[in-house]
Amino acid sequence: MTQMQPEPVQVIKQRRDAALKALVEGVPYSRFLGVEFDRRGDELTAIMRFSDSLIGNAALSALHGGATAAFLEVSAIIGLSWSLLWDDIECGALDPDALVRGDLPRLPRTVSFTVDYLRSGLPRDAYARARINRSGRRYASVHVEAWQDNRARPFAQATGHFVMPRGDG
Amino acid sequence: MDEDSSTIARQFFDAVPHAKALGMQVTRIEDGHAEIAMDYDERFVGDPETGVIHGGAVSALMDTCCGAAALSHPDSGGSTATIDLRIDYMRPATPGQRIRAVAECFQVTRSVAFVRGRAMDEDDDRPVATATGTFVAGDA
Repeated sequence: MTQMQPEPVQVIKQRRDAALKALVEGVPYSRFLGVEFDRRGDELTAIMRFSDSLIGNAALSALHGGATAAFLEVSAIIGLSWSLLWDDIECGALDPDALVRGDLPRLPRTVSFTVDYLRSGLPRDAYARARINRSGRRYASVHVEAWQDNRARPFAQATGHFVMPRGDG
Repeated sequence: MDEDSSTIARQFFDAVPHAKALGMQVTRIEDGHAEIAMDYDERFVGDPETGVIHGGAVSALMDTCCGAAALSHPDSGGSTATIDLRIDYMRPATPGQRIRAVAECFQVTRSVAFVRGRAMDEDDDRPVATATGTFVAGDA
């Protein structure tokens, strides 16, 4: 019996990174906020680079609550979409080139989003990770945490409920 | 808008760079009430296929408007920060239309301001989103 050779690592990485890049860059508002994603296997970390335009209180140089909320929501939607696409990326059913050409999958739609502000957002880069607590056929529930200097001291967290795009799973 | 409120509005945006970056326009900030609008802009789109504005941009508008309502309440103490904010999205905003948020600070205790808000596009009767939030009040 012959075993299938595993794909070369750079082929796998190239495919995953191309799919992620297309997904993120397809959303104009993520680009406007300057949100990027770092990938380790299937785990994503969202990064919002600090910029003066994200400030909500000039006297305190604190991040705007709206910028923080938007960052969390972008992280949740991309995290959820990524988890929906992952299997198709892995088995090759999804062609990253098609994504790059702008043939994007339909994204989940937010039903409700609740943000808790735990600390003032500092004028620095912020990071966020989403955890999908439930992902059903019609609805999903996602929790997101954002931090700056210390991973153990989040400055904001959010829970969002989403309606799944039709035709997926 | 009288001169006092327009001065307040101008000062508000000088102090809030992110609201300026999103092109927000204050039409009212007084007495626990705020009204802020945001023009349609392709940079704020969340779904390129439909051209619908990203929920995050609506959240930013709602946070700003609810915060402004809290700030303008006579008992609020002159500065504020969001404690929590919940947004319910009723329907996608119609692409190309400006979004207008109205918020009311309906109760202030020694430390907390309670606010609710609503966002509409050109169809006033069917809100795009509603918000409920609490904000820091007093000299916290």
